[in-house]
Amino acid sequence: MTKKQKKTLIRIITTAVMLILLAVISPVISDRITGSVEYTIQAVPWEELFIFLLYLIPYFVIGHDILKKAFKGIVHGQVLDENFLMAVATIGSMVLGEYREAVAVMLFYQIGELFQSYAVGKSRKSIAALMDIRPDSANMITGEETTVTVSPEEVPVGSILVVSPGEKIPIDGIVVKGNSTIDTSALTGESVPRTIHSGDEVISGTINQSGVINIRTTKEFGESTVTKILELVENASSQKSRSENFITRFARVYTPAVCAFALAIAVIPPVFNLIMGNPADLKTFVYRALTFLVISCPCAMVISIPLGFFAGIGGASRAGILVKGSNYLEALSKVDTVIFDKTGTLTKGVFEVVSIHKKKMSDQQLLKYAAYAESYSTHPISRSIVTAYGLEIDKSLVSSVEEISGHGVSALVSGSRILAGNAKLLEENGISCQNCPDGGTIVHIAVDGEYAGHIHISDVIKESSPGAVSSLHNMGIGKTVMLTGDAKEVAEKVAATLGITDYHAELLPQDKVSLVEEMLNNRSENGCVAFVGDGINDAPVLTRADVGIAMGALGSDAAIEAADVVIMDDDPAGIARAVRIGKKCMRIAYENIYFAIGVKVIVLILSALGITNMWLAVFADVGVMILAVLNAIRTLKAR
Amino acid sequence: MKKTYGIEVDCANCAAKMEEAAKKTSGVKDCTVNFMTLKMNVEFEDGADEKSVMKDVLKNCKKVEDDCEIFI
Repeated sequence: MTKKQKKTLIRIITTAVMLILLAVISPVISDRITGSVEYTIQAVPWEELFIFLLYLIPYFVIGHDILKKAFKGIVHGQVLDENFLMAVATIGSMVLGEYREAVAVMLFYQIGELFQSYAVGKSRKSIAALMDIRPDSANMITGEETTVTVSPEEVPVGSILVVSPGEKIPIDGIVVKGNSTIDTSALTGESVPRTIHSGDEVISGTINQSGVINIRTTKEFGESTVTKILELVENASSQKSRSENFITRFARVYTPAVCAFALAIAVIPPVFNLIMGNPADLKTFVYRALTFLVISCPCAMVISIPLGFFAGIGGASRAGILVKGSNYLEALSKVDTVIFDKTGTLTKGVFEVVSIHKKKMSDQQLLKYAAYAESYSTHPISRSIVTAYGLEIDKSLVSSVEEISGHGVSALVSGSRILAGNAKLLEENGISCQNCPDGGTIVHIAVDGEYAGHIHISDVIKESSPGAVSSLHNMGIGKTVMLTGDAKEVAEKVAATLGITDYHAELLPQDKVSLVEEMLNNRSENGCVAFVGDGINDAPVLTRADVGIAMGALGSDAAIEAADVVIMDDDPAGIARAVRIGKKCMRIAYENIYFAIGVKVIVLILSALGITNMWLAVFADVGVMILAVLNAIRTLKAR
Repeated sequence: MKKTYGIEVDCANCAAKMEEAAKKTSGVKDCTVNFMTLKMNVEFEDGADEKSVMKDVLKNCKKVEDDCEIFI
C-alpha cells in the first residue's frame, strides 16, 4: 500500500470507530443535556447542536479531501464530478439532521475509493513488472582486461559487451564468444530457453541464463529491439476504444441529467403538495433527492471500463502479444475475416528439402553432388540443399562453377560435371527430365550428362498453423483467406492442408493491397478484417486492414510501426489468442456497463419512490464499483 | 521535440483526463499518458520552452485531477 492509501485506511478506521461510539453515546448525551438544561422556553436546541458538532468531527476526518476537491472542481469549472455529488449529498443530509447517514456515505465512498486505488495499483504493478525489460547498464570491454560499466545509451555500434548469466542483454548484437541459453519469455511469452552459440544474433531485452557471453553490438540502444518495444508499450494506451469513449460521453451527459432529476424530485412534489393544499413535506423529498444523488455516482463504469482494457492489453503483452490500443482489442473481438500472407506467416519462410527422387545413386550421394555444386551459391534454394546435406563441404573438390541465372548451376565436383537446376537447364544441355509427382520447386540433377534424379524443395508449413486456422474457425471466424505470390499448385496444397477457406495465388505486392481493399469494402457491417503478415514487405496491407497483425516481429522495426497488433514470436496460434483476449475484454466491458447501469437504474427508481434510504444507496454504489473493478481485473488473466 | 515525464495518478480515467488537459495546453503538440507505466509523453510545438510549458501542463492537470503529480 502506498502512503496515501495507508493514510486513507487510518482515516476510515478512525471514522468507523467514532461513528460506532457516537451511535452508542448520543442518546445518553441528549438525555443528560435535556436533563440539566432548565426546561423553559428553549430558543436553541442545545442537545441537537452538540450532537451535530460531535458528528462533524468524523465527517471532516473522512470527508475533508472530498469537500476540498469538490470546491476546487467548482472553482476550476469541473462541476458535477463525483466529488461534487458526494459533497452535496452529505452536506444536504447534515442539514436535514441525518448526521449518521452523512458520515456513513462519506465512509463507504472512501472505502470504495481505497479499494479501487489498491486494486488498480496492484494490477498496474503486475503489468509493469512484466514489461520490465529495460536494461540498466552495459559492461563494455575497453581494453585487454578492462571492462567498464556504462549506461546502454553510451555504447557505440560495434562495441564488445560482456553479459553474465542473469543479466539482460542490453543491445542487439552478435555473439562473438561463449555459449549460453537465453530466456526470451519477456519478449515472446515463449518459455523454452533458446540456445545460442558464437555467431548467433541476440536481441536486447532477453535474459542470458547459463554462460558468460561476449557480444558485438550491431545497433545503438535507441535503435535496439528493447527500445522499440518499450516505445510501443508506452504509447499503447493512447488509442481509445469506442466503449471507453462511450463511457466518457455517457458520464458527461449522465451526471448533469441525474442532478437535474434530483433537483426535480426535491422541488416538484413539495410544490405540487402546496398547490393541492397539503403540507409541503420538503424534508422527505429533499432526502429522496439526496439518496438519488448518492446512487447516481458513475464511478463504477468510469473506473472499471478503462481498467478492463488496460488490464487486457497488459495480459496480452504477458502472452507475447502487443496491442497498440484498446480500439484494436475491440476490433479484434469483431474480426470475421482473417487474411494470411503465406510465406513467413503460415509457413516457415525457409526452403527445406522434402523429398529426393533418384535413379541409381543413393539419396545421400545425390544430395552430396547437389550440395557440392551449389556450395558457392547464396540462393535460398541452394542454401536449403547445403543445409539438408548437413556435412562439411570440401570446397577444394569443386571447380569451374558457373551460375546460370534463373536456371541453376554447373560445376565440376571431383572431376564429374554436375548440372543442378530447373528442367530448362537440363533440357538446354540435351538431357531429358523426369516430372516430379509432388509439384512445387524441383531441382533436377545430372551427373556427366546423365539424368541422376531430382530434389523436391518446399517452404515448410509451421507445425502450429493447422491448429491456429482451425481454432479461428471454431471461434466463429467464418472466412480465412491466404494470399501468396507463389505458384497456384503450391498455394492450393497449403490451403488444403491448413483448411483455409479461400486462397489467391501468383499475386504481386500491389495485387495484395487491392485484394485486401476489395475485402474491406465487402465486409459485413459489424465485422472487421484482420490481415496477418510477417511484416517484412506487407506494411501497406498491414496499415490498410482494420487490424494489422505482424508476426515474428522481433527485429523488424517496419512491422512494429505498421502493425496494430504485434505477435512477438512467430507462432500463428497467437492470432487466435489475440482474438480471444479481445473478445474477453469486450465481454467484460459490456458486462460491467450493463450490470452497473442496471443496478443503478433499479436503485434510482426505488430511491425516487422513497423505498430505499441513503444507507442502501451507498452500499449499492460502492458494491457495484467493487464488483465491476474485480470483474475488470479478470482481463489481466485473459489467455 | 519529445520528452517523457514520470507521473503519479490513481485511476485510468484520471490519466485520460490528464491527457486531455495536457493536449489543450498551448505549446503542446501532442501528448499521451500511459497509466500502465505511469509516464507522460509530451511532444512540444517547435520553439516552445519546455519548462514553462510543463508548468502550465501541471497546472491544467491539477485543475481536472487534483491528486495528480508530474515529475518535471
